[in-house]
Amino acid sequence: MRRHPIIQMVVIGAIASAIGIALALWIDWFPADAAKQGHPIDTLYDVLMIVSVPIFVLVLTVILYSVWAFRMRPGQELEDGPPIHGNTRLEVFWTAIPAILLVSLCSYAYAVLNDIETKHADELVVKVQAVQFAWTFSYPQAGGRAVTSTQLYLPKDKPVRFDIQTKDVLHDFWVPAFRVKIDAVPGITTRLRATPTRLGTFPVVCAELCGLGHSVMRSTAHVVSPAAFNRWLADQQAPAQNAGGGEARQLSQQQLLALGRETFTGDGGCGACHTLGDAGTTGTTGPDLDRVLRGQSEDAIRTDIVDPNARIAPGYAANIMPPTFEQTLSAQQLDGLVAYLATVSK
Amino acid sequence: MTAKLRVPGWYRAGLFTVLGIAFAWLLVGVVRSAMHFPNAWDDGDAITIVSLIAAPLFFLVGIGCFDYWFYWVSGRATRAEDHSSHGATSWKDYFRVNTDHKVIGIQYVCTSFFFLFVGGLLAMLMRAELAQPGMQFVNSQQFNGLFSVHAALLIFLFVIPVFAGLANFVIPLMIGAPDMAFPRLNALSFWMLPLAGTMMVLSFFAPGGSFATGWTAYAPLSTEAPIGQMFFTIGVQFAGASSIATALNFLVTIITMRAPGMSFFRMPLLVWANFSTSLLVVIATPFIAASQFFVLLDRALGFQFFDAFVGAGKDGSVLMYQHVFWFYSHPAVYIMMLPGFGIISEVLSVKARKPIFGYRMMAFSLIAIVVLGFTVWAHHMFVSGMQSWIRIPMMITTAIIAVPTGIKIFSWLATLWRGVLHLDTPMLFALGFLTTFTCGGISGVMLAMIPFDIHVSDTYFIVAHIHYVLFGGSLFTIFAGVYYWFPKMTGRMYDERLGKLHFWATFVFFNLTFAPMHVIGVQGMPRRVADYAEQFAGMNLAISIASFLLGLSMLVFLYNMIVSWRLGPRASANPWRALTLEWQVSSPPPIFNFDAVPTVVGGPYEYGIPGAVHGIFQSPAEAKPTPAGSVATSPTTE
Repeated sequence: MRRHPIIQMVVIGAIASAIGIALALWIDWFPADAAKQGHPIDTLYDVLMIVSVPIFVLVLTVILYSVWAFRMRPGQELEDGPPIHGNTRLEVFWTAIPAILLVSLCSYAYAVLNDIETKHADELVVKVQAVQFAWTFSYPQAGGRAVTSTQLYLPKDKPVRFDIQTKDVLHDFWVPAFRVKIDAVPGITTRLRATPTRLGTFPVVCAELCGLGHSVMRSTAHVVSPAAFNRWLADQQAPAQNAGGGEARQLSQQQLLALGRETFTGDGGCGACHTLGDAGTTGTTGPDLDRVLRGQSEDAIRTDIVDPNARIAPGYAANIMPPTFEQTLSAQQLDGLVAYLATVSK
Repeated sequence: MTAKLRVPGWYRAGLFTVLGIAFAWLLVGVVRSAMHFPNAWDDGDAITIVSLIAAPLFFLVGIGCFDYWFYWVSGRATRAEDHSSHGATSWKDYFRVNTDHKVIGIQYVCTSFFFLFVGGLLAMLMRAELAQPGMQFVNSQQFNGLFSVHAALLIFLFVIPVFAGLANFVIPLMIGAPDMAFPRLNALSFWMLPLAGTMMVLSFFAPGGSFATGWTAYAPLSTEAPIGQMFFTIGVQFAGASSIATALNFLVTIITMRAPGMSFFRMPLLVWANFSTSLLVVIATPFIAASQFFVLLDRALGFQFFDAFVGAGKDGSVLMYQHVFWFYSHPAVYIMMLPGFGIISEVLSVKARKPIFGYRMMAFSLIAIVVLGFTVWAHHMFVSGMQSWIRIPMMITTAIIAVPTGIKIFSWLATLWRGVLHLDTPMLFALGFLTTFTCGGISGVMLAMIPFDIHVSDTYFIVAHIHYVLFGGSLFTIFAGVYYWFPKMTGRMYDERLGKLHFWATFVFFNLTFAPMHVIGVQGMPRRVADYAEQFAGMNLAISIASFLLGLSMLVFLYNMIVSWRLGPRASANPWRALTLEWQVSSPPPIFNFDAVPTVVGGPYEYGIPGAVHGIFQSPAEAKPTPAGSVATSPTTE
């Protein structure tokens, strides 16, 4: 009779734990798993859930059972419970078991950490430069100028080392699909390793509060086949060799406007911070372009893009808009953008 | 009128505040002129910063909690502390400087709850903005301001001081003391709080908007921020000074003013909890003061503590800010939790009608948390770019600190076992706390695991975890404590039905608000963003709706408290049949707490032992150590 309730609780607890664990494993918690680092972390999470659920169920079961079995019934208003002051064996038990469990989990986590941070001999080095509120990725080339891009391109199955720096405040380079992140810290270079394993495009997110445009400081990681990656690298180097200005003139006005609009609305483009009716964007970090650009000349618009601090719209502060667009946009993109903005704001 | 301006009070405080601002203007003008700086007499930034420091100090002198020395220096009669101001006869007495710990306790609690409601409203505005992707109601500056002020108010102006307030009222009564050890210091500690809170709220009206760098105010974002940042940097100094002074006061009171017979191991666990908390406060709080002074010096005087772009002669360290900041701010989590543990121990023992299971382990685990609490700070910095080896020992200590916490949870469960559970409002909040805090504790252990933490750092998973610990943990214990001591503090009973309604509404909508945040965090939604990816839209809408209902549930509490305080039925001296000393005097207690000094003859939780008492109102010579058969005699009869 005395043991009966405990057996009941163990049975109910075991069933509830099983359901809880099944649910925890069934729910698709993580975003797409696109790097070698993903699987060990996801497994660690599953293990943590398998350990945590029974502990939570234990606490909940004891509370619910106590409420049901020991609640005050009419007539018990002045009664007290038995004066039990403690039980040394029980107390040693619930000190030792959690301690052992936690140290084991730490050891496992340590192993996972070593696994995901392994160095490789043939790493591709990508320099990540953070600035309020944009990312720049550069790929050092042996004996040549580094290739620079605002989009992150990575070859599949190649270990990558990111060397991360910032030009202003703290940022945090995070690709949720890779599961790894690290702060960009003024004054030092931080390092992060990942090996992309899945083709596709994945968001790059700034995870450390960096100011007004924090929520729009995003880019895209494109994981492509090694051949496609090499092609992309070559393409990026090409314009630098044959002075891209000539090519821009070949674009028709129509194409130029289309390119400008695409640049404006694209990932991490102007629209993230600026409202512009024609492009359908509603950002509020920077001035409303429908308003401030009305009747501006192409030259003035160009200056506003490449040297944003030259003049500041009333009510907005300096140093919010990145001063780096002359470097991060191609000459064609910049021409397109200027043409597009001048056209829509007439 | 001039007479009113000469005596301590609001008129003189107003006059002195103006004098403080004038002093700041004069000081800035003279110094800038002497240094041949431009805009000597109209540099708004400099005048504001110096005013923020000077005006509150002048205000404190004016209102009368910092003026004794000035009377003495000027050769005028000083006001002897004759305790003539003790007690409060009308609500107006709560708006005056008072040295009675019971009045100060209520001042603390009411002020803190005022800031809870302000902070909660800011959260509602945030959830309104986040209900849909894109920007609808506020701009980025306002949004960043909302979450920064929300967190700063609720941490520094609500959770920390409300515990100090409850303890202020209860602790001297619990240990059989007539008051705190330093009553004037106690009043000074309280009056710094509304100043700090007002400063933080006023930052919304500063040019450039309120401080918007989070409550963490990470450099160098904070050292380059508009002037609103300084309202936080300096406000925290006042809140911190208040906290340190109160903690010292508690330590001295607890060590030196216990009633005869009350050894350390006869102290109620709430006293133990506040003793441990006070140790944490006096050791840790100077660190956040230092971190904010560095920011102040960087921002105002161009020091280069955190200007780290080496090469231009700048060799500051950005990581140093985070280390100094978290060396306080991790222990701060325990500052915000240990007093709650104490409250839960009181409530569970009385409401389960059983002694606390494993009293000594409960006390030792508090001390273990204090010690371990200082060894885990860098787990907030696993992705900060610090030396990578530090992460390993910090992971282990972080996991191990769950052991003493676990001891407490399991001991509370064992306290429930075979008790006679009175399921009224304080007990419901205590049981609710056990479930939600266990969730928060478990997600804390998960976050200690570095690889998982690397993924979810700075995401909504963190937001969920911190709210499970500080809302499901601290706030639930605060509600339990407020309902539990409401009869003692006000002399009236609260409405039990409304109390239960409040509990169920809060419990349900709390979980509906914060549990889904774990999911969107793991899926990749970063925190502190005004706008987010389309994929999180559905969840965020659900969270926003639940949070509004959670906000509404607080109105039930507010209504219950106000109406019951005015019109509730009179409370008897000991409605819960508790043994601890505060329940052995009338409700509300006499002005000097005890008409006869109590003598403690047994443990605080001897429920179930027929005739056991904790303290008796006889002189130590007459008191017999045997509890059997003796009956507590109350100094006030009905």
